[in-house]
Amino acid sequence: MKHTEKEIFSLKEEVKLMWKLVIAQVENSKKALLNNDLELASGIISREVDVNTFELKIDTHCENFIALYSPVAIDLRLALSLIKISSELERIGDFAEGIARFVVHKECEKLDSQLLADLKIEKIFDILIGMLLDGFVAFETEQTKVSERIIAKDRQVDEIYHRVFNILADYMKTYPEMAVCLLKVMLLVRKLERIGDHNNNIIEEIVFFVEAKVLKHTRKASE
Amino acid sequence: MIEAKNINFYYGSFHAIKDVNMKIEANSVTALIGPSGCGKSTYLRLFNRMNDEISGAKLTGECLIDGKNIYSKSTQVDILRKNVGMVFQKPNPFPKSIYENVAYGLKVNGEKNKTFIENKVEESLTSAALWSEVKDKLNKSAFELSGGQQQRLCIARALAVSPSILLMDEPASALDPISTAKIEELIHDLKRHYTIVIVTHNMQQAARVSDKTGFFMYGELVEYSDTKKMFLAPEKVETQNYITGRFG
Repeated sequence: MKHTEKEIFSLKEEVKLMWKLVIAQVENSKKALLNNDLELASGIISREVDVNTFELKIDTHCENFIALYSPVAIDLRLALSLIKISSELERIGDFAEGIARFVVHKECEKLDSQLLADLKIEKIFDILIGMLLDGFVAFETEQTKVSERIIAKDRQVDEIYHRVFNILADYMKTYPEMAVCLLKVMLLVRKLERIGDHNNNIIEEIVFFVEAKVLKHTRKASE
Repeated sequence: MIEAKNINFYYGSFHAIKDVNMKIEANSVTALIGPSGCGKSTYLRLFNRMNDEISGAKLTGECLIDGKNIYSKSTQVDILRKNVGMVFQKPNPFPKSIYENVAYGLKVNGEKNKTFIENKVEESLTSAALWSEVKDKLNKSAFELSGGQQQRLCIARALAVSPSILLMDEPASALDPISTAKIEELIHDLKRHYTIVIVTHNMQQAARVSDKTGFFMYGELVEYSDTKKMFLAPEKVETQNYITGRFG
């Protein structure tokens, strides 16, 4: 393996490690929320610093790679994409931490399993984890065939998110004493919706890296 | 404008340039890149017929400058070379004074008006970003200049006879980074008045100075496109492998 290829390999490996950590954070935040598992939630919060450290390390690594190796073509696109992908992953990590804090701070003690089921929280989580895994595989294999599937999954998340708004409004009418709790639940679901958006941004970066195509904004404009 | 149409060039039985077609816009910088022996310098030299004297060499196809085939029988090579200047890899000033180096081409072409020559020398040295450094020592030997200054002197010498095209064959490869930066800045400025074609092994130099880039391999023009596109998203896998260092 040539020296440049070793650098690229190590950059990709770092991002893959960060990706795996973020996937674990989101999976654990799902379990912590659905099972009201305070210990698991605390673990997510303490590992958030590792996600942030990864982002800083990848930024520095990419900057050094650009400065020292003057990459062009696919290598340049990789370095530019990795800076953005690590930033998107870090934001996803922030949202996982936010969900964990929701559990730890007992923001909504009366949150019952029926409400969680009505809001399809578990389903949203499963879609999001699927998006993260699809993105990871697309990056690892440099295959962008899954991009349409990821974009479709983001639409699914958006649809559920918009229904949540009405469901919570109905709940508030029926249980006005739960208004504060339900507003906090709304913010929580908003975090999930944002994770979908960040996953979407990640696949756009992978398409740019692999195919040199810019998907950013084009899809939103045509919708 | 320069236009190469179905250019093939042979050194005896060796097919050095293979069916190359290329249009080069006026007032632009075009970089030619590729591995050693790919034919880029041979191709560059075709534009002022510097390959004519090579024994056994043969050219087919057309090479047009402003619509005229420079290989037609009516072309006068000395007039062609006045219009198409050349700067080589190593600075090659004449063993004369700085002033005489720049004035040389004008005098050879029969110019006798001393004031005109003086003005042209100043103008050429200014265009070559050298005037301020040499104006007080015009009668000194050109060999007293540094390598970077000598190369800019050679550019001034080429500019003095008012060409419209400048060919540069690795003009900065023998220079230090500061002199290289000056030559690159100069190329950028000269583009306003001249069409420049440059052969370079320095990929970053090609990316920095040129508007379009042509990638040659084994005598073929593999890819020719806007420099920005070439270095961000090349069309051909061969180009990508070469510019990212994965070639060979």
